[in-house]
Amino acid sequence: MTHRPAVHVSSLRKTYGRTVAVQDVSFEVHPGEIFGLIGPNGAGKTTTMECVEGLRTPDRGTISVLGMDPGRDSRALQQRIGVQLQEAQLQKRVKVREAVALWASLYRKPADGDRLIEQLGLGDKRNAWFMTLSGGQKQRLFIVLALINDPELVFLDELTTGLDPQARRAIWDLVRGIRQRGKTVFLTTHLMEEAERLCDRVAIIDHGRIVDVGTPAELVGRHCPERTVFVATDDPLAPDRFRSISQTLSVESDGQQVIIRGRGDDLVTQVIRCLAEHRMRVIDFRTEVPTLEDVFLRLTGHTIRD
Amino acid sequence: MMRGLWRLTWLEIKIFVREPLGVIGTVGVPVLIFVALARVLGPRTGALPPDAPRVFSADLPIFASVLIAASAVLSLVTVIAIYREGGILKRLRATPLRPETILTAHVLVKLLFTAITLALLILAGRRYYPLDADVPILSFTLALLFSTATIISLGFLIASVVPGARFAQPIGTLIIYPMLGISGLFVPVESLPPLAQTLARALPLTYAVSLLRGIWHGAGWSAHAGDVTVLALMAVAFTALSARLFRWE
Repeated sequence: MTHRPAVHVSSLRKTYGRTVAVQDVSFEVHPGEIFGLIGPNGAGKTTTMECVEGLRTPDRGTISVLGMDPGRDSRALQQRIGVQLQEAQLQKRVKVREAVALWASLYRKPADGDRLIEQLGLGDKRNAWFMTLSGGQKQRLFIVLALINDPELVFLDELTTGLDPQARRAIWDLVRGIRQRGKTVFLTTHLMEEAERLCDRVAIIDHGRIVDVGTPAELVGRHCPERTVFVATDDPLAPDRFRSISQTLSVESDGQQVIIRGRGDDLVTQVIRCLAEHRMRVIDFRTEVPTLEDVFLRLTGHTIRD
Repeated sequence: MMRGLWRLTWLEIKIFVREPLGVIGTVGVPVLIFVALARVLGPRTGALPPDAPRVFSADLPIFASVLIAASAVLSLVTVIAIYREGGILKRLRATPLRPETILTAHVLVKLLFTAITLALLILAGRRYYPLDADVPILSFTLALLFSTATIISLGFLIASVVPGARFAQPIGTLIIYPMLGISGLFVPVESLPPLAQTLARALPLTYAVSLLRGIWHGAGWSAHAGDVTVLALMAVAFTALSARLFRWE
């Protein structure tokens, strides 16, 4: 049971007319993890997710969600999954508690709606119309609705798009809270920072294909092993000393500023050891570690914002 | 099977009432037009020349009723377009609610407000347009709801093809009101130009007007079995067609 993937997708393909939205996508989501499908807008994230949710019918490929086929068993599956859709709205003049009550009435084993409203910080907005909520409050309401049936697996599509950084961080904490309750989270995002901070594992998708899958650290280690160390020192011999470190690829110096480029996590340790060994006076020290953003650029040849 | 239908219908009723403009448009306007016309032209005032068009004399209640149906359908087309554009339909559809349930709830809301408006119209117009004791109000209400349901199915067809929420109201108006013009309400269908006659016979409003007029003036349902059959067939055809064309997003 625990070894069965929460989601298994194999050779998924989906076209709209002549546009190929998803070329060939395969991946697995493990139970209890936060899994992120990351890529630029138009890469096929939402289409893939909506096929998995059973909202769209794929042209080809097999999908298994909690051991069920979302195309055939969509009714049974709906009871066990929670869904938040990209850019969804509710009726302008529906009250928060009315929407939650309606949703709760649709499921066989609803969670306590009032408690969810409290937990997501909407207690004082219970009687507010949907149209009067802020962007962050709307998204929190959609999380309430996604959790109303106490689902095993929660889908979050571009959850924090359009939110300010503060609201975004608050939502991240809530998503971590969902994982803590033992649920599996499958999310999409085009924000690399979000993926890096929130996801246990990510799949990078570009032009309808999965480019690579792994933990953020694995992906960075695999595709962007370079490390850069910036040292400011008044020791004139510093550049030569850094050059003797085996992980070093290049050393540049400009006055007191020395830039050491190399490969592997060990580089930083070696630079520090070298500084200590030669008792060099350090005025400034800074390292630069590649991010998922760099991985994306390396793998696809373009930045995620293009 | 229709899990959530009553709850959703009740919710949509509350939401509809919360928008004053919508209520004024669907409930207020037909009642106002009726009262204004009845006041000037009603049989009690005797201001009407004997050769006045039927629509301003005997057919005024029919005219007002069809107006109710038309504004209900227009409001439905607009609501569906707004719900689609806002992703509300898509979000509702991603729940255990069945697609039919979501749309049925809207039909029920519109039928309810059609009935309410008709009741208001009869109450408000009583002074100027006394109801004969032999006007079969219950039958007439049923006929109006039945006609409205058929026009609503045409409304769904319009809602299926309108490009966006901004165009829903104007396109709906452009289709519904000319239909009213050739429905036989103002000019008998037989005296229309041949092309308009053919068109009139293909549109549900013509049969709705004939049915409503007949029932109002005391003809039985059996006398209008033809109208009822055509309306029912059209409702089935429009529903089947919009089931194929309807877009949820």
